[in-house]
Amino acid sequence: MSSAFQIEESPTTGDEVITNYTINFGPQHPAAHGVLRMVMELDGEIIERIDPHVGLLHRGTEKLIEHKTYLQALPYFDRLDYCSPLAQEYSYVLAIEKLLNVEVPERAQYIRVLFAELTRICNHMLNIGAHVMDVGAMTPNLWVFELREDCMNFFERMSGARMHHAYLRPGGVHQDVPEKLLVDIGEWLDTRLPELFGDAMSLVLDNRIFKQRNVDIAVVSKEDALAWGFSGPMIRAAGIPWDLRKSQPYDVYDRMEFDIPVGTNSDCYDRFVVRVKEVYESAKIIKQCLRDMPTGPIASSDRKVSPPKRAEMKQSMEALIHHFKLYTEGFHVPAGEVYVATESPKGEFGVYLVSDGSNKPYRCKIRPTAFSHLQAMDFMSKGHMLPDATAILGAIDVVFGECDR
Amino acid sequence: MATLHSAPRFTQIDGLKEEISAAIGDALVEAHEEHGELLFHVRRDSVERVLRTLRDEHEYQQLMEIAGVDYPDRAERFEVVYMLLSVTRNSRIMVKCCASEDTPVPTVTTVWPNAGWLEREVFDMFGVLFDGNTDLRRILTDYGFEGHPFRKDFPLTGYVELRYSEDEKRVVYEPVKLAQDLRQFDFMSPWEGADYVLPGDEKAATPPVNEPKTTENPKQTGAGAKTDAKAADKVSAGSPAEEDGGKDAPSPEPTEDRPARAKRAGKASGTAKATEPKKKAPAKKAAPAKKKAPAKRKPAAKKKDAE
Repeated sequence: MSSAFQIEESPTTGDEVITNYTINFGPQHPAAHGVLRMVMELDGEIIERIDPHVGLLHRGTEKLIEHKTYLQALPYFDRLDYCSPLAQEYSYVLAIEKLLNVEVPERAQYIRVLFAELTRICNHMLNIGAHVMDVGAMTPNLWVFELREDCMNFFERMSGARMHHAYLRPGGVHQDVPEKLLVDIGEWLDTRLPELFGDAMSLVLDNRIFKQRNVDIAVVSKEDALAWGFSGPMIRAAGIPWDLRKSQPYDVYDRMEFDIPVGTNSDCYDRFVVRVKEVYESAKIIKQCLRDMPTGPIASSDRKVSPPKRAEMKQSMEALIHHFKLYTEGFHVPAGEVYVATESPKGEFGVYLVSDGSNKPYRCKIRPTAFSHLQAMDFMSKGHMLPDATAILGAIDVVFGECDR
Repeated sequence: MATLHSAPRFTQIDGLKEEISAAIGDALVEAHEEHGELLFHVRRDSVERVLRTLRDEHEYQQLMEIAGVDYPDRAERFEVVYMLLSVTRNSRIMVKCCASEDTPVPTVTTVWPNAGWLEREVFDMFGVLFDGNTDLRRILTDYGFEGHPFRKDFPLTGYVELRYSEDEKRVVYEPVKLAQDLRQFDFMSPWEGADYVLPGDEKAATPPVNEPKTTENPKQTGAGAKTDAKAADKVSAGSPAEEDGGKDAPSPEPTEDRPARAKRAGKASGTAKATEPKKKAPAKKAAPAKKKAPAKRKPAAKKKDAE
């Protein structure tokens, strides 16, 4: 061993200036919530610039829809945001109903609202769990996934499918729900949901580490939230009480009593808490649906839009003809264009539907919620540390099936 | 028309159409209302100015979406539609303009920062150019993609497909090869404006008879207002299920008047017994058979071992 003990010199000490370097976040990264590639320009650990590359899951859904009849195109909507499938179908069937001007029976409206809210709970369970896991906690995720599993079981009993329901129809819903299912949902809301969810949130909401990772991260002003086209929990966390269920009610939302949780600080923590509160509000809405839901038909009686019952088809020739025409040619939608947006769990999910009077949509533009939010990723992350990017991304609640379409 | 649907109900402001039309001024090409939604068609070169006015003076704070639509028959084939939302007036309007492949639309990234990606998407999908957008890269399609897939003349199957090549150990791009033709089913009624000739119809031009049958009188065709009204009826009429609450129709009366036969004597008087499974008897037989079978085999196995 030589006597001259030398300290290894760092190449960055002294006058030398380290240049910014670029790293690739994703597309295979567990915190990217899917296939997101972000090219990050870093100064040490400080984010200077983010260029999100989306489209890795682009499947051309809108083009596929142009080649299908209105009814055949419905299941594509389940596959957009696969965490909240009913919410996407909702915008689409409402757009068709608006063009057709079809009346929906009351029971169907209640069923739709009920399961749209259950979808919201289901979606928030995933996002809340994923968000806490992104910033380091493991247990709450496992607990809320229990609840998500319960929701899935309810959906299975509703439509036969756990994720891709294809349950809503222009003019109503596909089939009636069993009485026992409604009873079980009510019981679940009274017992299991508040217990398990309350337990999980008691671990997180006042947790010191969780707050250190989220409070004052990605603060967005009201003006910026409006300018960047924010919607849903993102705009509510910024302090703007904007909820389409309240301001532009569809179906029976105007009969529901619920509050809109609003944030004060507009950071990642507020976005998280807004979602937590929304779960309880959704539970309130579901209970009101269960209380007020009338009996009656679950689909429009307009045979040019919704099919006849199987039993009727056995005896009525015209019912058989109607059924045959609906499932081969489909129904024709009068020419026109509408933009219908509903409050999906992630924000405003819109469908711009252009009809040329035929049985297929001429153009169906889907307005994803994540597109605007993800675009703001660059300005929200600027000046934050690299690990904050995962917290910001988790608080946006992106799903790439929907973002990339 | 009375509103029957239950789609989102935003505030319908009286005189909004006139108000916005006046604000747009001479840039307005056409304004109309359908299904309670207002649509303003404006001249392309003034899009940016119009949208800025709407944001600053008419409280349309949010740009929710920019949609491209392709109408290949038009001289300027693309429509670019801007969906605006006012959170203070609770109102939505749509503003649109036309463009072609080589006439750029002025960018609105100067008005709303989120227009950047929305314009990139319209450019990527349709090839509409946006003048002033400094970052007009492709966004949803693959790196190095060619063409604009949402144009009506772009085939649904695309032109290239990719796969992982085991030989080259990388992803390779190849022209699309379909193992089976893409099937586009056309379910349009042939008598409701289909634009093709049905097989056999080409013979109709020269009927192979001396005196072709004609229906000179509209009465002979069976068509008319009465028939149309019946076809447009929205309930399937004539179903007994609707009248008697879904009960099955009674079995039909015998068609021939034949005297009833005398009952057959003996066992074969009816077939009901023949189709009924025999009770208990097979169960008794099966039980001892099970016991016997292993008993027979076991000594055989022992013998083999002994040998």
